[in-house]
Amino acid sequence: MHPVLKLVVQRLALGLILLLACSAVIFLGVEALPGDTAQAIMGQSATPQALANMREKMGLDQPPLTRYFQWLGGVLTGDLGLALTNDADIAQSIGQRLGNTLFLAGCAAAISVPLAIILGLIAARHAGKWQDKLISGVTLTTISLPEFVAAYFVIFLLTQDNVLTQAIGWVTGGSGRLLPVAMVFPGMGFWERLNAVILPVIVLVLVVLAHMMRMTRAAILNVMQSAYIETAELKGLSPMTVIWRHAFPNAIAPVVSVVMLNMAYLVVGVVVVEVVFGYNALGQYLVDHVTKRDLPVVQAVGLIFAAVYIVLNMLADIIGILANPRLRHPK
Amino acid sequence: MNDKHTQLDWLISRVRKGAMNRREFLGRSTALGVSAGLAGALFGKVALAQEAKKGGTIRVGMQGGESTNSLDPALAASEVPFQVNMTWGEMLVDVTPDGQIDLRIAEEISSSPDATEWKFKIRKGVEYHDGSTVTAEDVVATLKRHTDEKSQSGALGIVQGISEMKAEGDMVTLKLSSASADLPYLMADYHLIIQPGGGVDAPAAGIGAGPYKVVVNEPGVRHTFQKHANYFDSSIGHADEVEILVINDNTARTAALQSGQVHMINRVDPKIVELLKGVPGVQIKAVAGRGHYVFIMHCDKAPFDNNDMRMALKYAVNRQELVDKILGGLGSRGNDFPINAAYPLFDDTIEQRDYDAAKAKEYYDKSGHDGSPIILRTAPGAFPGAVDAANLFAASANAAGIPLQVKLEPDDGYWSNVWNVEPFCASYWGGRPVQDQMYTTAYLSTADWNDTKFKNAKFDELLLAARGELDAAKRKASYSEMAHILRDEGGLILPMFNDFVSGVSDTIGGWVDDPNGELMNGRSQVKCWLA
Repeated sequence: MHPVLKLVVQRLALGLILLLACSAVIFLGVEALPGDTAQAIMGQSATPQALANMREKMGLDQPPLTRYFQWLGGVLTGDLGLALTNDADIAQSIGQRLGNTLFLAGCAAAISVPLAIILGLIAARHAGKWQDKLISGVTLTTISLPEFVAAYFVIFLLTQDNVLTQAIGWVTGGSGRLLPVAMVFPGMGFWERLNAVILPVIVLVLVVLAHMMRMTRAAILNVMQSAYIETAELKGLSPMTVIWRHAFPNAIAPVVSVVMLNMAYLVVGVVVVEVVFGYNALGQYLVDHVTKRDLPVVQAVGLIFAAVYIVLNMLADIIGILANPRLRHPK
Repeated sequence: MNDKHTQLDWLISRVRKGAMNRREFLGRSTALGVSAGLAGALFGKVALAQEAKKGGTIRVGMQGGESTNSLDPALAASEVPFQVNMTWGEMLVDVTPDGQIDLRIAEEISSSPDATEWKFKIRKGVEYHDGSTVTAEDVVATLKRHTDEKSQSGALGIVQGISEMKAEGDMVTLKLSSASADLPYLMADYHLIIQPGGGVDAPAAGIGAGPYKVVVNEPGVRHTFQKHANYFDSSIGHADEVEILVINDNTARTAALQSGQVHMINRVDPKIVELLKGVPGVQIKAVAGRGHYVFIMHCDKAPFDNNDMRMALKYAVNRQELVDKILGGLGSRGNDFPINAAYPLFDDTIEQRDYDAAKAKEYYDKSGHDGSPIILRTAPGAFPGAVDAANLFAASANAAGIPLQVKLEPDDGYWSNVWNVEPFCASYWGGRPVQDQMYTTAYLSTADWNDTKFKNAKFDELLLAARGELDAAKRKASYSEMAHILRDEGGLILPMFNDFVSGVSDTIGGWVDDPNGELMNGRSQVKCWLA
């Protein structure tokens, strides 16, 4: 068996075990939270009678282990079940929201990844000079802002009537103002969706740019110390060609693992941005259900998030191997 | 002079669009030098000419929606489900902004002289969204679903007093186990939306007899509606379509209103009200309601089982400071009983209690407390600003020599582990349409939600007697006496009544201040129009 294939199979098997472990941990975590679903739904105004009725209906009067294995049995047969809180079909709700999550993450990644790598290359090329300092300074500033602060800045600058939006409006011929609420609905066309997510995408790009950029810069500078780079320089190649053709391919592995880490973040960690822009994706959905102790939903979303991490990490490893001839052709 | 004319013209145009009410118009026109009498006459003339415009899509941006929400009226507990249900649903009756019964599905109400038997005549030809007709049987089935022992309804406690119900032709008869002069008000509870077959088979179908049909129901995201063509009341339901968007973030909601993405928003943060007042095209509506923020003491647990201690704490809270700092001035001082001028039969002669460090100290000394810290529990979610309010309370109490200490609790589990469990904590109440319901819900000895553990035989007796009393003057006297008892002996510290603060675009007409609930008691999207 080819070593890469073997690694994939190994990793997948390990991933499944990890997922099972995750589901147990999530279950325990939710069980350990104070209060239960019935109380969380009915809040302050619940009578003991109504609470008892609701617990019975939801099956919360069963012992925890029974509930866990009932749920596990359902999942193994492909049935994610119904939300405790509103009887909505979990698979269906998640399907739509997962699409929205991936769309937002995809848009943000499509811009931030190439941009971060290019900026990283430029910074490495001019290491220590003003270009490097400018790029590092700006991206480190944006990563240091909490997401919601960055989001409020963007809302303030691009949705309100001010000099900037007036200028944009003058160029584009419209009002120049974007809409602050970025909800997407089924039936919206691709361009319409793209238009809706501009603001959150800007914020996410600002938030993830620096990490990938700095890693690219550091990995390249590391390789630049090697003897073969000196050879390339002595051959008379231009500095950018040296970096792009000779240094970058050997710096891919660390860059890819950071890129994957950020992609995973874009999928699972953007709930704050979702809330600020009213974007209907998985993060908000998960938080709502954690608040209400809606276990089946929390489990399902938790598993998806865990799977995203596992798969992206595996991808990073595979790309790292493929990018390294020594690992690609082991003796 | 010319400038004044243009300003007056502008005010008149606002009234014509329905965007300004009488009080506001009088205030602003007299400020321009117009005499009050003339301004009043002017308002009457212009307001009469004001006409609702039909068509368009009204969009409301709201806090208080989660992806866990359901269309089942029995489960409605937060703002968005409430507003959504008021768009597609219709109850037997509603309550008007001035506290009268507004007949909806019921066309006529009558009671036996002793107020133990009530008859509701069902309006003929009221149609559900699925084309079927509302019947008396549906009404009974609906009430049964909410009163059933197995019910999970938020109205369970409210309708328990009904011992027998029957439907005959177009008449619904309800027999009560004890007299209640306020029963029609109980039928206006927002859970009691009439559903086909009582909603037993499909409680969350969203099929009702209200002015709009549900088109899209994406809990926690948005709800869209289309006009129900055969709605029985042509005086409301002006827009063709309604959209309710869930925007839980304060900044985004405000930005959505400013940018015109939505026409109305709820829950404007008191901190930014002054800033928003300067924004063109946006109006702030602060409506005095019945909701109140409270600190509750358990009358049966030490040291709060001592009335001197309770009185000491009541005098130790600086009400005006809390209204100014926590509500940004958008509210009014409370007087340690849960009733204010928004209720019918309110006695406005009861003396207002205020901060009095000397009296607080006197009562505290009299209580003989050993000086150990008195713990007040609070959480960010107990009410907006609850942590700050508790700290202000502690500061003013400490100044009076009372060792009050604040303990911060997590929001998670607050309503199950702290409220109604710990002897002293922060909480809130939304208010009820009538005094009887408010007192019955939380201050009767046997009430499920008696969160101050207040047990007073005289109070109970007065409440039950007033309930069956059809003479308004006598009821008012009873309620006044009860208010005095609760104010001077109860475990309730009620420092403030909070206003409902909403933001409304200038393009909206037909706004009326409604003390019954937020955004015109959940009906703003139904009663307003796009001017």
